[in-house]
Amino acid sequence: MTGTLIRGASLLGETREDIRIRGGRIAATGRLTPELDERVIDADGLLALPGLVDLHTHLREPGGEASETVLTGTRAAAAGGYTAVFAMANTSPVADTAGVVEQVHALGAQHGYATVRPIGAVTVGLEGERLSEIGAMARSRAQVRVFSDDGKCVHDALLMRRALEYVATFDGVIAQHAQEPRLTEGAQMNEGALSGELGLAGWPAVAEESIVARDVLLAQHTGARLHVCHVSTAGSVDVIRWAKARGIAVTAEVTPHHLLLTEELARGYDARFKVNPPLRRDDDVRALREALADGTIDIVATDHAPHPAEAKECTWAEAAFGMVGLESALPVLQTTMIETGMLGWADLARVMSSAPAEIGRLDGYGDPLTEGAPAHVTLVDPAARRTWSTGDLRGRSRNTPYTGVELAGAIVATVHGGVATVLDGTLVDAEEVARRG
Amino acid sequence: MSARTVLHDADIARALRRIAHEILESRRGDGRLVLLGIPTRGTVLAERIQAVIDDIEPGVSSAGSLDITLYRDDLARTPTRAPQPTRIPAGGIDDAIVVLVDDVLYSGRTVRAALDALADHGRPRAVRLAVLVDRGHRELPIRADFVGKNLPSATSERVSVRLADVDGVEEVTIEP
Amino acid sequence: MKHLLSTRDLDRETAVGILDIAEDMALTADREVRKLPTLRGRTVVNLFFEDSTRTRLSFESAAKRLSADVITFSAKGSSVSKGESLKDTAQTLQAMGADAIVVRHHGSGAAHQLAHAGWIDAHVLNAGDGTHEHPTQALLDAFTMRQRRYGADSRGRDLSGMRVVIVGDIVHSRVARSNVWLLTTLGAEVHLVAPRTLLPAGVETWPVTVHEHLEPALALRPDVVMMLRIQQERMHAAFFPSGREYAREWGLTAERFAALGPDTMVMHPGPMNRGLEISSAAADSSASTVLAQVTNGVFIRMAVLYLLVAGSQEASA
Repeated sequence: MTGTLIRGASLLGETREDIRIRGGRIAATGRLTPELDERVIDADGLLALPGLVDLHTHLREPGGEASETVLTGTRAAAAGGYTAVFAMANTSPVADTAGVVEQVHALGAQHGYATVRPIGAVTVGLEGERLSEIGAMARSRAQVRVFSDDGKCVHDALLMRRALEYVATFDGVIAQHAQEPRLTEGAQMNEGALSGELGLAGWPAVAEESIVARDVLLAQHTGARLHVCHVSTAGSVDVIRWAKARGIAVTAEVTPHHLLLTEELARGYDARFKVNPPLRRDDDVRALREALADGTIDIVATDHAPHPAEAKECTWAEAAFGMVGLESALPVLQTTMIETGMLGWADLARVMSSAPAEIGRLDGYGDPLTEGAPAHVTLVDPAARRTWSTGDLRGRSRNTPYTGVELAGAIVATVHGGVATVLDGTLVDAEEVARRG
Repeated sequence: MSARTVLHDADIARALRRIAHEILESRRGDGRLVLLGIPTRGTVLAERIQAVIDDIEPGVSSAGSLDITLYRDDLARTPTRAPQPTRIPAGGIDDAIVVLVDDVLYSGRTVRAALDALADHGRPRAVRLAVLVDRGHRELPIRADFVGKNLPSATSERVSVRLADVDGVEEVTIEP
Repeated sequence: MKHLLSTRDLDRETAVGILDIAEDMALTADREVRKLPTLRGRTVVNLFFEDSTRTRLSFESAAKRLSADVITFSAKGSSVSKGESLKDTAQTLQAMGADAIVVRHHGSGAAHQLAHAGWIDAHVLNAGDGTHEHPTQALLDAFTMRQRRYGADSRGRDLSGMRVVIVGDIVHSRVARSNVWLLTTLGAEVHLVAPRTLLPAGVETWPVTVHEHLEPALALRPDVVMMLRIQQERMHAAFFPSGREYAREWGLTAERFAALGPDTMVMHPGPMNRGLEISSAAADSSASTVLAQVTNGVFIRMAVLYLLVAGSQEASA
């Protein structure tokens, strides 16, 4: 089999076409007749989207292999319909040199489930003191364009200013984890009546909003690009809306879990719901959905954060922050945004594929599925519904917040650079993917 | 088949009077009598018997209650129940003749628990047992000193004592 | 009752029931033999991740008075501090045959997790979890208030008509939280007094009246003034400027104490910082219930252990 023919898929939920894939590219679209050397995928009733791109993934390798590796993380990504992921820098060692980012990049290429673009640390060791070798990482084979100390905030205003100015030299962007550290010392959950009742230290909205406000002003002052990670509050949305209206070069992401879940889940002290930034109030969820619908928030990013069982099976205060999210991202988006009529499928392709590729300067991803484009394709069954369980996860860790939740939609097939990584809702064998990729 | 009444209110009053006389007769020398009822109905019966005794021989007796909930041997097999108050009359039980009073004597386990409870309150000169009804089927080597009525019954049968102060009616019934 | 995790879960009837059983337990203290055979053959484990000698001794004493076998496990210096998780520790204790686990932990929600995470099926009694709750402390406080007010006529009564002022570090106090829920369930009127820095987020949604200054609250002629312990380290974290200023603004000074009504009770969960939140004049007066609180703590813990452990599992689940 040297080619693939996707028959009868609905492109972005609009026109119904066949897609012929040859040599890693889309060879033709329209009404096509199968050829002898083609694998045929029956896509009747399925939607074809450009392969999804995640700007915010924790692959944990090197150093955190007990939670995830590049291989297991990209398998989870493929299962979720992703064809490219940006790997966060908070590994051990930290991705703050060309050596580490090239290693992560090469592992992704070797396994073939998804393109892995490393994110470089803004500061050495995420310590917030000295800039890391941004230029070396940008010029390396990993072609780093996104820089972030995610997990920690670049809170020193001078350092943030310099970082914004410096990455602009390489067409890069600073992806800020907006969290004022002194306002969130020991913080465990959203600050509010519930944190007061549960006796858990609060993470006030102002700790995020004050950094977002400062950073958009720094972006304005420097003229550089700023990207705000995992926006979680209505107040941050207001600040970003204001900044965009002033023409400031700011983009923003929201996670699927902040579009669906609220702080009420902390009530049972189940640490699967402990995440940073924390789950917020209903009003915040509503504001985030509206902001994603009206474009104030540009993209959806998973903040996929795998942790081993023991990091979650402990008291809330001792548990690690974070939840996995690659496999469930599109079902959560269909449930929260498509089925509520707030986004159409073309919008979904924008916020989950083309816009993140554009922010991350990742060429060849998120393009429309037309003749000559690279063959990164995700096939979705929008009629599927299922009650989520850990059995739906494909990565190494099980810390999903959605067990027992009914979610719409399912990934039926994923094609990365012409190579099928998922067929019939099942991951294709690793050896086959590596050989063909 | 419905319940059969085996003691009416007049029968109960007569039985209690007789028990009061028997208790007084059995009292040797100058012993103080302390009647301790086992809640709920034993407490009522103890007070009534003590009132009769007090009419006949004022000042030699007093009444109280002894709760045995915390001494039961079947705690782990039944739902938790709230204990009832224990009231030991002034003067305590040391060197007194204690008469335990209960409505029905059956397996003997309640009396066993009462003896344990009593021992934690002091050391009486003697302990006697008075019951309104003895229905047999003992599981422990325990017998009553004063019995209102012996009522042979099958284990499948249900013997109920109802007292006006607690239940609004005064009767002892047996039902299959 | 399967677990006691929070006073928020208690309704009036259950709470009064616990206080009444504690009255029965209190009666045993005057007897020739103080021990009851009630929990013979049952095992109660005290699992203490946080040092608290007085609470531990109170629970030990309560379990022993009920004839339970008592195992005390102080997590400090044990395998727990070497990285063993709460889950593993709890499962180990259950394997040793624990019928009930009395847990004290620095993490809010630890008792809730032990009870509900599916790790163990023993009864769980919260002996203080982080800054969340300390239900037996609130129950013994309520018991003490009822005893002082009604004496031998306490049984069956709640705290309707009583006015309670709680002063101090509310935000970090599990005692304050448990008391707010329990005392209001029992019909008391609760007032909280603290500088804003020591009030929890969302306190305006609590069933209480909040005061930022002490005088207006004391002017209401409360029946009870409960002073909370101030942790010395709070002043280094900018919650208030200095101990002297705190004592002057929010402490129960000798002058403030002298102005209280003759029947006002002064309570403190202990240990006290004399000269900071409470003056010696107040602490050592006959209005102070501090020692009665310690005594009553044993009765309350006996009552709760009885309710949790004595009955059959199926029936009480």
